[in-house]
Amino acid sequence: MATGTRNTLLLNTWHLGIKEFHSLLGDLTMLFLIVFMFTVSVYSDARAKPESLHHASIAVVDEDGSQLSGRILAALQPPQFLPPVRVTLADMDKGMDAGLHTFVLDIPPNFQRDVLAGRSPSVQLNVDATRQSQAQTGTGYIQNIVNDEIRAFAEHYRASAAQPIRLVERAMFNPNLNESWFAAITAIINNITLLGILLTGAALIREREHGTIEHLLVMPVTPLEIMLSKVWSMAVVVLVASSFSLQVVVKLVLEVRVPGSAILFALGTLLYLFAATSIGIFMGTLARNMPQFGLMSILVLLPLQILSGALTPRESMPDLVQWLMSLTPTTHYVSLAQGVLFRDAGIDVVWPQFVLVALVGAVFFALAHHRLRLTIGRMQG
Amino acid sequence: MIGDGAAEPIVRLSGVSHRYGETAAADDVSLSIPRGCMVGFIGPDGVGKSTWLGLIAGARRIQRGAVEVLGGDMGGAAHRSAVCPRIAYMPQGLGKNLYPTLSVFENIDFFGRLFGQSRAERERRIAELLEATGLSGFAERPASKLSGGMKQKLGLCCALIHDPDLLILDEPTTGVDPLSRRQFWELIARMRARRAGMSVLVATAYMEEAEQYDWLVAVDAGRVLATGTPSELRVRTGSQTLEEAFLALLPQARRAGHRRLAIPPLSPGEVVIEAQHLQMRFGDFIAVDDVNLQVRRGEIFGFLGSNGCGKSTTMKMLTGLLPPSRGEARLLGAVLDARSIDTRRRVGYMSQSFSLYGELSVRRNLALHARLFDLPLAEGEARIAELAERFGLGAVMDALPDALPLGMRQRLQLAVAVLHRPDVLILDEPTSGVDPVARDQFWELIIDLSRRDGVTIFITTHFMNEAQRCDRISLMHAGKILASDTPAALVEQRGAASLEEAFVGYLAEASGVTLQPRDTVATTASSASAASGAPAPPPARPRDVARFSLTRLLSFSAREATELRRDPFRLTLALLGSIVLMLVMGYGISMDVEDLSYAVLDRDRSTASENYTLRLAGSRYFSEKAPLASHADIDQRMRSGELAMALEIPPGFGRDLARGAAPEIGVWLDGAMPMRAEVARGYMLGLHAQTLSEGVVSATGTRPAPLADIAVRYRYNPDMVSLVAMVPAVIPMLLVFIPSMLTALGVVREKELGSILNVYTTPVTKLEFLLGKQLPYIALSLFNFTLLFILAVTLFGVPFKGSLPALCAGAVLYVTATTGLGLLMSTLTDSQVAAMAGTSIGTLLPAIQFSGMLDPVSSLEGAGAVIGKLYPTTHFLTISRGTFAKALDFGDLAGAFIPLLLAIPVLTLASAMLLRKQAR
Repeated sequence: MATGTRNTLLLNTWHLGIKEFHSLLGDLTMLFLIVFMFTVSVYSDARAKPESLHHASIAVVDEDGSQLSGRILAALQPPQFLPPVRVTLADMDKGMDAGLHTFVLDIPPNFQRDVLAGRSPSVQLNVDATRQSQAQTGTGYIQNIVNDEIRAFAEHYRASAAQPIRLVERAMFNPNLNESWFAAITAIINNITLLGILLTGAALIREREHGTIEHLLVMPVTPLEIMLSKVWSMAVVVLVASSFSLQVVVKLVLEVRVPGSAILFALGTLLYLFAATSIGIFMGTLARNMPQFGLMSILVLLPLQILSGALTPRESMPDLVQWLMSLTPTTHYVSLAQGVLFRDAGIDVVWPQFVLVALVGAVFFALAHHRLRLTIGRMQG
Repeated sequence: MIGDGAAEPIVRLSGVSHRYGETAAADDVSLSIPRGCMVGFIGPDGVGKSTWLGLIAGARRIQRGAVEVLGGDMGGAAHRSAVCPRIAYMPQGLGKNLYPTLSVFENIDFFGRLFGQSRAERERRIAELLEATGLSGFAERPASKLSGGMKQKLGLCCALIHDPDLLILDEPTTGVDPLSRRQFWELIARMRARRAGMSVLVATAYMEEAEQYDWLVAVDAGRVLATGTPSELRVRTGSQTLEEAFLALLPQARRAGHRRLAIPPLSPGEVVIEAQHLQMRFGDFIAVDDVNLQVRRGEIFGFLGSNGCGKSTTMKMLTGLLPPSRGEARLLGAVLDARSIDTRRRVGYMSQSFSLYGELSVRRNLALHARLFDLPLAEGEARIAELAERFGLGAVMDALPDALPLGMRQRLQLAVAVLHRPDVLILDEPTSGVDPVARDQFWELIIDLSRRDGVTIFITTHFMNEAQRCDRISLMHAGKILASDTPAALVEQRGAASLEEAFVGYLAEASGVTLQPRDTVATTASSASAASGAPAPPPARPRDVARFSLTRLLSFSAREATELRRDPFRLTLALLGSIVLMLVMGYGISMDVEDLSYAVLDRDRSTASENYTLRLAGSRYFSEKAPLASHADIDQRMRSGELAMALEIPPGFGRDLARGAAPEIGVWLDGAMPMRAEVARGYMLGLHAQTLSEGVVSATGTRPAPLADIAVRYRYNPDMVSLVAMVPAVIPMLLVFIPSMLTALGVVREKELGSILNVYTTPVTKLEFLLGKQLPYIALSLFNFTLLFILAVTLFGVPFKGSLPALCAGAVLYVTATTGLGLLMSTLTDSQVAAMAGTSIGTLLPAIQFSGMLDPVSSLEGAGAVIGKLYPTTHFLTISRGTFAKALDFGDLAGAFIPLLLAIPVLTLASAMLLRKQAR
């Protein structure tokens, strides 16, 4: 009997899952959105993303008008910077207030003369610190560029001391620190989360609103089978779409070098989808109608996308947030995806993340199953 | 009156054709409908009756031909809006155009407002209508909690609030019990008596009702079969009843296979189901009380009663699908266990509404259920083939159920329900809305199943001729069985002329209603215009239909606000959710990159190398991990993501340094997260320069004087505190996601649930509808904004330096734009899921990535840059940051206000252009 039950479970789950595919094929708008998300959206997200410092807007108040100040101006060039705008001291504040310039460099009068005389004059760099990320990286860049130009200029006129220690930096895994690689993967991860949650949760609510779930309840079908069928079918849809996106859009079109194993990533994605779809079903049992589900999904998706470490480094977040987010599968999946795709990490390295994603997924699955049985009992009435 | 040729017809169709793909709902129809009559449209399902009525009501766009109503062309928008206050339209489906969460009073009040009635007038009229319909006692009850009959009466009240000259009713009594049905027609008769000259058009599947109309149009396959009074039609076909007359009118092919039903007598078998003292309570509410029954094998057992009286619950308990609160049901002597899967294998169930998958073909639906019921593949296929043959589904096996006529769909549902050869079958109003021919075909199948296969059948119906065919029937009212016996016995006990009389008698007695004798109803209806004792109808004053009316706009706002109030969960999510998100994101998104983990591979181990690395260990930006042993170690630990940076100090570092040979220090950065790597590099460079300039590691102890000094001034946020940068950015984020999601389902939900019809058939304009819907959400979002602002200034302690009026004005414009964005998504899509997904993608991506939260818009490229420049979030972000951190005022921010101001009309007009004021 035990094998019989298991067979029934598997068969019912299989057949109900096939039904989900047919349902999805019938919803052309949804299909279009899925295709759009994994192609155009990933592409534009990756392409729009600036390189670490890209087109930073800078203005220069050149009070010196010397050869040296001209060299400095000439060195601040695209692609890191937009061509510098010359402004007067009086206009400087206005431009920054309006948000036109992130940086304003003020080169004082007699700057060149003072440098050559060894008087160590001061250049003032004004930074709009509300644009924090650009402010941080850009300041370092400008400091370096200005210093280099001054040194090179000075070397023509007098011997200057060489650096006693040289620093040789190399970035591993992404030698040019190409932001678009990162952005493309982040976009795929975000889309996987969004679809995994929305598709299953909304499918459950739609079945309830259309009364088909009531029909399933009079059939020899258990809530577990209803749930598993939605989980596996939607997981397959998203898995296929995301793998296509990775192989074709990211690798071929965007020409991102992804050294890691696609198979291992797909396995991780599958595990993560199990967790995400479970969350979707769980939310579907909490919400009583589609508008409620819509709001709820925003409240869940937003933190998942922003705080999982896919946008900003996790270690810099407050401990409480780090702890809370470690309860979500997304956090572990992001670190798994980065490890596998960029650092070519093998299962020996990322197994803890696999275990954590599976664990969190199992908890949500159990919760969702419990809720579904409860609500189904109520729906029968 | 009827033969009055001089009177201008109220409706004239000429050459009207209407197609949905292959199907013709109207095929070159020309028809004149006399004024002041009660006109019935009779015919099978799916022949186009509803489409015709929709065209006449102006709710559907005319494809071909001309539709003249009340002396003008309905193809012209000007005439449509001029006559629409004189037309009332009640669509098919129980309470389809009502708002379920609104109370009875609020529903009628809403329609009154749409027609611009003053408060006093509305209250007077509503009181009158509620009195007349007997709904006075239920004024405060939400529409969703009404029975079917009450819903239809409420629908009628909503239709009659503005004294229409033309009342269009599409199957108003389908699915309504006989007592309510009779009360409904009495009501219509009274209304007609009061408003002489009101024309009524009705589509109906009840021939006995049509019998009493003034004039009939028999419809088939999008064409007119015949017109005339009921008696004319009977005489013309030489039939006794209208039902027979209609059958005679049908072309030969359509009649094929129809024959008079013969029911073989039931051979007495063993008792299959025995129920004792069944009771079902939901909380305090007793849905069904004390049911005692014995049912024999093969018996057809009918349940009759008004909607919501407990029929479905009783049937489910009897068959073990629902565990009773008290009492027990036995199947063949064994107590039924509702939780057992095996119970479900013995029962077949067909629900009231179509509950199969509309997106799967007939064959797939059958195959899916065969598999779920575990039929072996070969047997399943054979069974499907057999049922397809027996139920006449062979020709449509690959069609989608949605494309089939209702009768055919119900046969499919029956086929699915008996696929696994159940012992017991539950049929919950299987023939509701199905035309007579299809109904008889359906009953042939039921009788066959009962008499030939010995299936015990429970069935509910509102058709008395169907009840007549049951072996036994139970009359139910308010959870109790009033009487239970054979139809003949019931008629006899009551001393009534027919089963319907008997039933109405029982129900009226139980619910304490007094009824007019039947014939009076009929005469009142047909002699409505001649009634002299009726109060004079109010003069039909011409109403001016304003092009734009604030009252109508506000009536939509008021309704939307009420619906929102009735959904406290959603309201709480919207308010509390944004506060929680603000906390999480405000604290969570940190741009301060700190505690970067690094490790050192020191292959020199000299004083100089230790001095150098000590500088790093002391920095708050870095946090040191266990030292590295080898290159392989670097590889492995970087790969696992443990280290963000690794340092390699070469052998002989100290010696080389002393010799002035400029040794190299290798720095390895984890490029997987470029932003983090950049910041780490920046910190490293800074530390390196500082270390050198302080001469810490210099063997000679000399420090080179710098050529120039770069003084960095961080403006607006001198300490580079993340909160100051992030909180003013989080507010615009939250004010795009939540408001747009609130409105995103606004239009599409009305489309899915059907109440969009009120937009089609009332004088409301598209702009009034859209803006009216938007207003409450703008108000809610502004309240949200206030909460977020207070939170920012108090809890987060972010200093606010600029102009508060500027920020507030920006917020008003911004939430207007974002709610407008949601509405645009809603008009673009056809399903709620797609609207939600579309809104999520349409807000999350551009707002987070392209609006300058992380990277300034000026640094973006390609499509992202274009979107970023246009997207409202970009501009409100500038206003928010400008007023919070930069002490700016209106003048400084003009560049951000103008795009916001432009976005609002663009979004609203786009929605208005996409929204249709008529169905296809």
